[in-house]
Amino acid sequence: MQIRVTVNGTVHESDVEPRTLLVHYVREVLGLTGTNIGCDTSSCGACSLHLDGEAVKSCTVLAVQADGCEVTTIEGLATDGEMHPMQQAFMQNHALQCGYCTPGMVMAATSLLKENPNPTEAEVRIGLEGNLCRCTGYHNIVQAVLSAAGGQ
Amino acid sequence: MTITESAASTVLGKRRLRKEDPALLTGEAKFTSDLNIPGALHLAVLRSPYAHARILSVDVSAALAVPGVVAAYSGADLAPLWAGPMPCAWPVTDDMKNPTHYPLAVSKAAYVGDGVACVVATSDTAAHDALDAIDVEYEPLPAVIDLEDALSDRVVIHDELGTNRSYTWDLKCEGEDGQVDRAFADAAYTVSEHYVHQRLIPMAMEPRAVAAVPQPFGGDITLYSSTQVPHILKVMTALTLGIPEHQMRVVAPAVGGGFGAKLNVYAEELLCTALARKHKLPVRWTEERTENTQATIHGRAQRQHIELAADADGKLTAVRVRLLADMGAYLQLVTPGIPLLGAFLYGGVYDLPVAYDFSCTSVFTTMTPTDAYRGAGRPEATYAIERAMDALADTMGIDPLELRRRNFIRKDQFPYTAMTGLVYDSGDHDAAATKAAELADYDGLRARQATQNVDGATKRLGVGVCSYFEMCGLAPSRVLASLNYSAGGWEAATVRVLPTNKIQVVTGTAPHGQGHETAWSMIVAEKMGVDPDDVDVLHSDTAIAPLGLDTYGSRSLPVGGVAIAMACDKVIDKAKKIAAHQLEANEDDLEFAGGNFTVKGTPDKAMPLAAIAFEAFTAHNLPDGLEPNLEAQVTYDPPNFSWPFGTHICVVEVDTETGEVDVLKYVAVDDCGNQVNPLIVEGQVHGGVIQGLAQALFEEAVFDEDGNPKTSTLAEYLVPAASDVPPITLGHTITPSPTNPLGVKGIGEAGTIGAAPAVINAIVDALSGLGVTDMPMPASPQTVWTTIQSASTAAQGASK
Repeated sequence: MQIRVTVNGTVHESDVEPRTLLVHYVREVLGLTGTNIGCDTSSCGACSLHLDGEAVKSCTVLAVQADGCEVTTIEGLATDGEMHPMQQAFMQNHALQCGYCTPGMVMAATSLLKENPNPTEAEVRIGLEGNLCRCTGYHNIVQAVLSAAGGQ
Repeated sequence: MTITESAASTVLGKRRLRKEDPALLTGEAKFTSDLNIPGALHLAVLRSPYAHARILSVDVSAALAVPGVVAAYSGADLAPLWAGPMPCAWPVTDDMKNPTHYPLAVSKAAYVGDGVACVVATSDTAAHDALDAIDVEYEPLPAVIDLEDALSDRVVIHDELGTNRSYTWDLKCEGEDGQVDRAFADAAYTVSEHYVHQRLIPMAMEPRAVAAVPQPFGGDITLYSSTQVPHILKVMTALTLGIPEHQMRVVAPAVGGGFGAKLNVYAEELLCTALARKHKLPVRWTEERTENTQATIHGRAQRQHIELAADADGKLTAVRVRLLADMGAYLQLVTPGIPLLGAFLYGGVYDLPVAYDFSCTSVFTTMTPTDAYRGAGRPEATYAIERAMDALADTMGIDPLELRRRNFIRKDQFPYTAMTGLVYDSGDHDAAATKAAELADYDGLRARQATQNVDGATKRLGVGVCSYFEMCGLAPSRVLASLNYSAGGWEAATVRVLPTNKIQVVTGTAPHGQGHETAWSMIVAEKMGVDPDDVDVLHSDTAIAPLGLDTYGSRSLPVGGVAIAMACDKVIDKAKKIAAHQLEANEDDLEFAGGNFTVKGTPDKAMPLAAIAFEAFTAHNLPDGLEPNLEAQVTYDPPNFSWPFGTHICVVEVDTETGEVDVLKYVAVDDCGNQVNPLIVEGQVHGGVIQGLAQALFEEAVFDEDGNPKTSTLAEYLVPAASDVPPITLGHTITPSPTNPLGVKGIGEAGTIGAAPAVINAIVDALSGLGVTDMPMPASPQTVWTTIQSASTAAQGASK
């Protein structure tokens, strides 16, 4: 099927199999491998990206469903070589170790702050419950999101 | 000069942001499955749906007809490709039973997930589609999932062994013959406790991935793998496939966590390599999460019986331990050695006479093989002694922290020769416990508990303590020899000063989230007086870093980091010769600080390292006989383990009506000696604590009676989310290690070791007024509620 998707500001027209997942489309067709795959049950959130400005797990979206939409992946978050404030907050707070969950976690966190610009610690924890991290114990991720919120 | 003596550290011990982060935060970092490898074939593995079955026939012909399929193979088809079976590097006893294990099973499948056939195709989807077309005829056999049942040999899994028992390993240490038995006979108090360490799934967020890229005309082959052990993997792949070792290169690109599960040599690494050579094309494989939960190793899976003997004051007089360990279906790389890593720690942090009796028997079952999972034997040992200490305190009617204080090895007793003969190089347990108690407000909690946990209270407060010692920094090679381990425990480092005074460090460690690039840069910066950003750390590619023993067992800093510091010293020694020559001064009169050589008493006579680096490169004016360039290599074999320690305190509130456990506070005070980068230390403890807490509260690999895994996805296996876990209060003490010149100890596993016993001790403490004396892991609401009901039923029965 023919789709037209704007990814990180660039329009892509592609012919995809109907069963192609959005995550496979961005990784394999567009070569944007920053979006990671961590499970096959939509549990881990590693593949989170923004679809029309909202965080989605791109393993639960078909590429054809993104037809006509705006997609932002982790590669599109920085502007003019400057990391996004959330990326900077993750670095400042040592909120990543192996970094595999990180792109999805950052995309979910930016979406969370868009909905709730001044969350409490408990709201951050609940807001990120769809994204699993095995390294950090979440402590510093929560701190990073709170500090990014404070900096806005 | 050692860092411990240095009052003027400019880099070490300071919080420093990680240089690894920008690539990981922006999606630039390449994990194995991100690599763009044109023309690669995709491997998919057909796995046994039975826990135990004879393979009667395998017909791959229909798979070959699926569009895109290049080839399909049964285990028998590939048998000629293996020069040897899958490696187990730790034959712990001379009579250990080790079933022959090939990347694909030939005659029998021994667990759900055991590979029985495979497909290579031009796309991943084609390869997976074709698996459905393979016809395997099985004769199902009874599963063996209970360890006692396994021991009974009711069903023998590996026919050629004739038994399910792999080995029995004993360690009896007595000052005088019969001392253990006498101690128990003479004891004022004894406890006899049984604990179960459930099977856990390590669950690194990046599943495994492999890509083997051959050079058909030269014979060289490069294996990219999401591994913790590129060096070990290179040797083992060469041996198992009969590839000349010098033609084998292993690269671990960005690796998304390991936790021990990527400390292995896996079937898919061997399959990709063998098939890439056979087809003369790259072959790649990416693990699905369901495969990860079935065919990547599991951890823990031990049954423990621990007995303590104590005198009237509660001073321990003997420890006796019996373990039954679940090896799973086969022995993977270090499977049999895992319980032994704990064998030396069942005495905990306590001053014990030489009266210790340990025995471990291990058995095969029809479940996923077990192997190293964060802590590997040491969390199990610490859990047993720390739970048993609480049981002893309960028996005596004294405070569990007070009982620990009565038994701690005192600071002035270090270095302390333990009952096992190992020497604990340093420690200050009372200081760590005191600090943890302060941070937790231990006395205040006990007072609150007295008013809160009254008869009929449904929200009960519990406080749990765990004091631990960790044996890590693996390891002195001679000690490994005494344990029958097939390799050494050294680590290699090269430090190379480039002509422009930028520095390359080549390390044999293989980071997968630990921040070695940052930490090793800081060590070099401190030593050489350069900016950490001017140091590049090269690692995880056997062509660039040919010597190394990789990353596991909290070894990277106390072995690999120390090797780097020593290599810096060698470079400085050589630079000093050049400086002395050019400054026309005596070497003994030169001082090196801040990247600058000065002549004592003549401060204007100086030469910076930057100038020496260029002189060493041009070699125009070097001392006679001195080789050009500034480079040094060191291979460091540690004389002792590293012995981090600490005390963790967990505070919970248990709802007796729902069984829910609310962790109100978690305090971790850890002592890893001198810290290179406190930021990284804290991150390691945070993550470790939550993994230990997850064992206590959430995680278990469950199998039904037919051996079917019931927790094969992240929807079923409860890795906690942010909303499931508490924030963590950290403290630390610093007791430098006298074993190495940096004064450092490992910190990668400490959190995991301290957490599970602290959490369960807290829950049992909360419920002690209800007759609860133990709590199985994971302490799910259902388990907690059921345990409370059983205890109250038992209490009612007793009162009738």
